Amino acid sequence: MSLPVKPSGTGHRQSHSPVSGSTESADEQQYLTFTLRGEMFAIDILHIKEILEYGQLTPVPMMPAFIRGVTNLRGAVVPVVDLAARFGGTPCEVAKRTCIVIIEVNTEEGLQDIGVVVDAVSAVIEIAADDIEPAPAFGAKIRADFIQGMGKINGSFVIILQVDKVLSVDELAMVSQAGA
Amino acid sequence: MDHIDIVLPLYIAESRELLEEMERLLLNLDQDDTPADSLNAIFRAAHTIKGSAGIFALHDIVQFTHSVESLLDKLREGEIALSQDLTSLLLECRDHIGLLIDRLETKADLPAAAIEHGQQLQLQLQAAEQPATQGLIATPAKDQATRTEKVERDAGVLVQSDNWHISVRFHPDSLRNGMDPLAILRYLASLGTIVNITPLFDALPPANRMDPETCYLGFEINFNSRADKSAIEGVFEFVREDSLVQILPPSSHIDDYLDMIHRLPEEDLQLGEILVQCGSLTRNELDRALNIQSDLKDQSIEQPLGRIVVEHQLTAQPVVESAIEKQAQVRESKSKEMQSVRVDADKLDELINLVGELMIAGAGSTLCAQAHGDGAMIESMSVLTRLVEQVRDAALKMRMVQIGATFNRFQRVVRDVSRELGKEIDLVITGADTELDKTVVEKIGDPLMHLVRNSMDHGIEPADKRLANGKPAKGTLRLNAYHDSGTIVIEVSDDGAGLNHERILAKAIEKGLVPAGATLTIEDIYQLIFEPGFSTAATVTKLSGRGVGMDVVKRNITALRGSVDVQSTFGEGATFRIRLPLTLAIIDGFLVEVEQSSFVVPLDMVLECVELTAPPQNGNSEQSYLDLRGEVLPFIRLRQLFSMGGQPPRRENIVVVNYLGCKVGLAVDKLAGEFQTVIKPLGSIFSHVKGISGSTVLGNGEVALILDVPGLVHKVMASTHADKSARTEATRSLVDARQT
Repeated sequence: MSLPVKPSGTGHRQSHSPVSGSTESADEQQYLTFTLRGEMFAIDILHIKEILEYGQLTPVPMMPAFIRGVTNLRGAVVPVVDLAARFGGTPCEVAKRTCIVIIEVNTEEGLQDIGVVVDAVSAVIEIAADDIEPAPAFGAKIRADFIQGMGKINGSFVIILQVDKVLSVDELAMVSQAGA
Repeated sequence: MDHIDIVLPLYIAESRELLEEMERLLLNLDQDDTPADSLNAIFRAAHTIKGSAGIFALHDIVQFTHSVESLLDKLREGEIALSQDLTSLLLECRDHIGLLIDRLETKADLPAAAIEHGQQLQLQLQAAEQPATQGLIATPAKDQATRTEKVERDAGVLVQSDNWHISVRFHPDSLRNGMDPLAILRYLASLGTIVNITPLFDALPPANRMDPETCYLGFEINFNSRADKSAIEGVFEFVREDSLVQILPPSSHIDDYLDMIHRLPEEDLQLGEILVQCGSLTRNELDRALNIQSDLKDQSIEQPLGRIVVEHQLTAQPVVESAIEKQAQVRESKSKEMQSVRVDADKLDELINLVGELMIAGAGSTLCAQAHGDGAMIESMSVLTRLVEQVRDAALKMRMVQIGATFNRFQRVVRDVSRELGKEIDLVITGADTELDKTVVEKIGDPLMHLVRNSMDHGIEPADKRLANGKPAKGTLRLNAYHDSGTIVIEVSDDGAGLNHERILAKAIEKGLVPAGATLTIEDIYQLIFEPGFSTAATVTKLSGRGVGMDVVKRNITALRGSVDVQSTFGEGATFRIRLPLTLAIIDGFLVEVEQSSFVVPLDMVLECVELTAPPQNGNSEQSYLDLRGEVLPFIRLRQLFSMGGQPPRRENIVVVNYLGCKVGLAVDKLAGEFQTVIKPLGSIFSHVKGISGSTVLGNGEVALILDVPGLVHKVMASTHADKSARTEATRSLVDARQT
């Protein structure tokens, strides 16, 4: 049911160096790619705690559409954000490959887990630092400050998300207050 | 030196615990039925602090504590009488010792003022020791006086011995700590002659269980020397910290020997043996007693040796009594040691998380077993589930602490402050057994302190004014705590003057906090006292009146996601009510369902459940009312309020809840019954959501939201009165505009 990305939730902090393989260079970083409304995004794997199958979501009333609700992550209640709605579109349609990616976000009160609904998880890829371009000023359909960079894979670009911005707890709380 | 650095923190922690114990005992001394016991305990605490300080060569602590100790000793012996002033002096001394110990940690020099204060205290201690007060001898000394008298009569003669008596029980770790008993004895022999030495190896286990690194030895030494006591004590300098060393000078009084019996650690040591070691009995006398006991055993009547000894008038009653008492105490202290274990809070959190996972995994397995339809499996799963639930409850309770300890700290505060203010104030504590999360307890101390001081300083009037107002001269301050719908409520109330809302408003206008001419409700006015820079006290006292405090109180409580409000009747008193979330607590909840979603209503708010039969009065709007046995019951439809869509089922239910003494209904689809729920805080993302106070995980792993009934009702009322308040707002901004 759940697909652990790493052996333990916090263990990766020690293993900041290349995780696997023998030919990796130090400036190569691993990213999890996923699709959202047909578009490919990537998130630094160090932010990702685990990937869950979509299910058992409890909606929280009086919240804006991009907050899908809360889910039970082994006893902890974790908010789940609809990324598509967060980027200003229509909420995700739940399909067979819909997943919840649990992401660790840095907040003032320490790490907080937040779930993100995505259409499908693709793969874990390596992108060298040289292959990451700065975000374009416009044209990316999402807010520029949400983008950490544009990664080049096989000649096409994926948007690498700035997780701490996209899932900024303060901002989410503020928006949801306005929505409530 | 490294060694000292490792042990010093232990000493500091131990001393702090002892000081806390001392404070508690001192505060209870006034009401204590058996002050002698408390005095003994206080003395022991001071003595331990002094003794350990000696090891670390902390001369200032030794010196100061010694003065305290000698006063305590005189009190204990009944030479001087206990009085309020003396208790206060001792409390001050306790604080000074605390200061000295705190300084060990910070490694800072003691401020000059504190040194001076310490010297003054020492002078006061010496003054108090003078038997000038003897004329005033009061009750507490009574039972002690009789006891000493009895001992003196029974054993008026001094023990006929020109030798020192030294009693040593080495600590089991002595060898491991590098202390060789033999070396110590050799050193002792260099000061005089060891006339007789009786080794005691009662603690020695059978050879197969003996640990060669553990020291099981004790010695009773008859020692002839012309060295003085401090020199002999010096021999045992390094083991005195944990080993038991008692030194009796030549020709000691019999009750010194009695005292020694009290302190000896052996439980299993034969009573007679102790008496022989102390010189109360000769070997012959003991043998006779032993013979009699074995005779009786043959007749299968077992009699305690102690009684036999007395029956045959071999020894004086008090000597035996104290030996028996000592044995009982040893057992008691052993059981007390087992009562608590210190555990790192993080470890507890980890345990609770794991238990949470276990619960859900268990629920999954139960579902699996049911799907397979294996009866035996289902049954064994249900046993397992029940056990896991018990483990969960036990684990959660570990994190919960009673608020009593926090409340009790205020006994001291109230005592000190009321003396300082010259008011007589009683502290009444209720609800001390209310449990709340440890983290909350830690953070509530400061705000409570502000409120308590504020009530004493501003709330409770001086005695003459109270009498003039027809109140008892003695003011009463109450601390109360109780659970209320998933929150804990802590009340600080006084029977003082109450809040004068006109004066508050005038002051607020003067300070520019509120525009002149503004109309505010009483509650709004009361909330003004929590504004920064607000203080109505005409004079600034040492305690309060500087305008800091109440805003800090409010800020601290808000930081805990709580709220504070005031209720007051002018002239009759005021109540400050702090409402705090429990963050992690078990409450009894009532589970309801609306459109597939589960919600929990705190059970203590639920009055009853009724079926919604009559067609609603005004369609399917958010709010409506119905006829509840002749009463008008307003109710809220959760489906509409939460815009959940869907069609209500044919039979809707109403949960009648109690809100501020009125009944309010909540319309839901289904009632799913009571259950115990663990509150899980919703992240800060949801901190602004009104009407939902938290969440909980149901048995099937789903998350249910806990309804915050007051919040819900407020929300509905706010939207109803929206137009009205909009008007008020307009007036207020108009006033603002005129001001600027």
